[in-house]
Amino acid sequence: MSATAAAVEAVWRIEAGRLVGALARRTGDFAAAEDLAQDALEVALRQWPRDGIPDHPASWLMATAQHLAVDRYRREQNLGSKLTVLAADQLARGPAQADPMSDLADELDTSVRDDLLRLVFTACHPALSTDSQVALILRTLGGLQTRDIARAFLTSETTMGQRISRAKRTLAEADAPFALPSTTELPDRLTAVLGVIYLIFNEGYSAAAGEDWTRPALCQEALRLGRVLVGLLPEHAEAHGLVALMELQASRLLARTGPGGEPVLLADQDRRRWDHLLIARGLAALHRAEDLGGGPLTVQAAIAACHARAGSVEDTDWPRVVALYTVLAHLRPSPVVLLNRAVAIGMAEGPARGLAEVEHLRAEPALAGYPQLPAVRATFLQQLGDHQQARHEFERAAATTGNGAERRLYLRQAREAGQPSSSRPGGWRLDAVSGTPVVDSEDAAPLTPLPRP
Amino acid sequence: MRYLVLLKALTTPDAPPPPELMAAILGLGEDARNAGALLDTQGLLPSAAGSRATLTGGQLSASDGPFTESKELISYALYEVGSKEEAVEWTSRFLRLHHELWPGWEGEADVLKVFGPEDFAAAVPQG
Repeated sequence: MSATAAAVEAVWRIEAGRLVGALARRTGDFAAAEDLAQDALEVALRQWPRDGIPDHPASWLMATAQHLAVDRYRREQNLGSKLTVLAADQLARGPAQADPMSDLADELDTSVRDDLLRLVFTACHPALSTDSQVALILRTLGGLQTRDIARAFLTSETTMGQRISRAKRTLAEADAPFALPSTTELPDRLTAVLGVIYLIFNEGYSAAAGEDWTRPALCQEALRLGRVLVGLLPEHAEAHGLVALMELQASRLLARTGPGGEPVLLADQDRRRWDHLLIARGLAALHRAEDLGGGPLTVQAAIAACHARAGSVEDTDWPRVVALYTVLAHLRPSPVVLLNRAVAIGMAEGPARGLAEVEHLRAEPALAGYPQLPAVRATFLQQLGDHQQARHEFERAAATTGNGAERRLYLRQAREAGQPSSSRPGGWRLDAVSGTPVVDSEDAAPLTPLPRP
Repeated sequence: MRYLVLLKALTTPDAPPPPELMAAILGLGEDARNAGALLDTQGLLPSAAGSRATLTGGQLSASDGPFTESKELISYALYEVGSKEEAVEWTSRFLRLHHELWPGWEGEADVLKVFGPEDFAAAVPQG
């Protein structure tokens, strides 16, 4: 990509949400708005490298999208089309208006917040599959190009393009209005939006498939969407809770990869390398979330905060972590939450108690194929001196995971399982965690196991 | 990815910065925060208010400003964005406000990348 094209895309990333939102409001048609906006981007990519980036790129893009709408309207002469609204509007202004930019700029500002919210809710419409919701929110609110979304999710641009087209068709067929949800729908719709953003974060944080341990760009993208969302919904506790959770987890990104790209688990991380700016932001967001009443994401953020505040694994308030997981298990019952709770119990009360908790979960169908289950068992068994069984369980974890770096970690642990465990001071607690990826990803663990693409 | 932007004044008009510029800067900051891009920004006092610590030839020393040999830094901003070009775009918007509202002012901004997890990933051979 040329330097100018990169500059055009940078403008696009900043303006895409507002542009698509304004176009969709005026056409009432999300898919048409998205097409028009993309076409306007194409024009910008042709013209700006030649003529320079305009002083007011947002207005330029809006005006261009409107001209395109008029062209399309004239070409199609389809009076039934929703594009007619936009086209008629533009025609009424007349092509030779002295300064169309100022009007348009005003209009862009008036209802930006509502436009963006409608955009978010439409992109996460319940008629769409989760994969489609992820793609649409990254493309519209995030302003990402199809090729970037495809790369982030390790799929081809063609496949991702088809997914996006299909999603737009689905919205049209479901006759999904470009509107805010009703008051009764709002809580569920909002939960879905937060879930989609957190899924994007997790996809980056615990890179379910492929060779990378983390894909930081996806984490940052999700964090950005979350920060935009709390600006749009400042009174909503769980939006703050989600941002708190992501800021706190992202604070560990730099410390959780070793010099060879291998995973570094929570106990082994150099906590001085944590990002204390993000921790401070996360703790502040957590306070706001708790003041506003909290919710399941806020509880998860509170768990992450227990780690963020602790100087070491030993200093961590494990009984509080256990209590928070107990609350979470009531709010959002899930075997994954119970597995994480079992790890915390092992840390708070010793490996025998932890193992006993894990035994209850072995029959859980939802945890079949979940590599952390055997990994946690292996760790407790190792601490209890059952090296044979521990090696077997680490091998099982390695065979189950879809992530290359995680597999190499489990295989190393399997090899080491028979050896004298600790040359380090600090006893079983440190070893407990070093063998347990779940402790690092525990607060990252989604409420249901991640889909493994 | 995170960028630290350091703004330097090259030419400052005799007239003080107009209030409209201050208002516009606050508005742009709000936009950038709402876009999830701006983490922090503040203005800086002239270097006369600061000091410089130096290690040369094994000797530590500290001397008070002003630092006459360099341009005065007047503000910093910390952005978290998807590309260098985005950080440059926000910075350009900031400079454009000066152009539009404070004629005669000239300056330059260094857009510096903060080391982040993505640099770590890039430094490591994949696979």
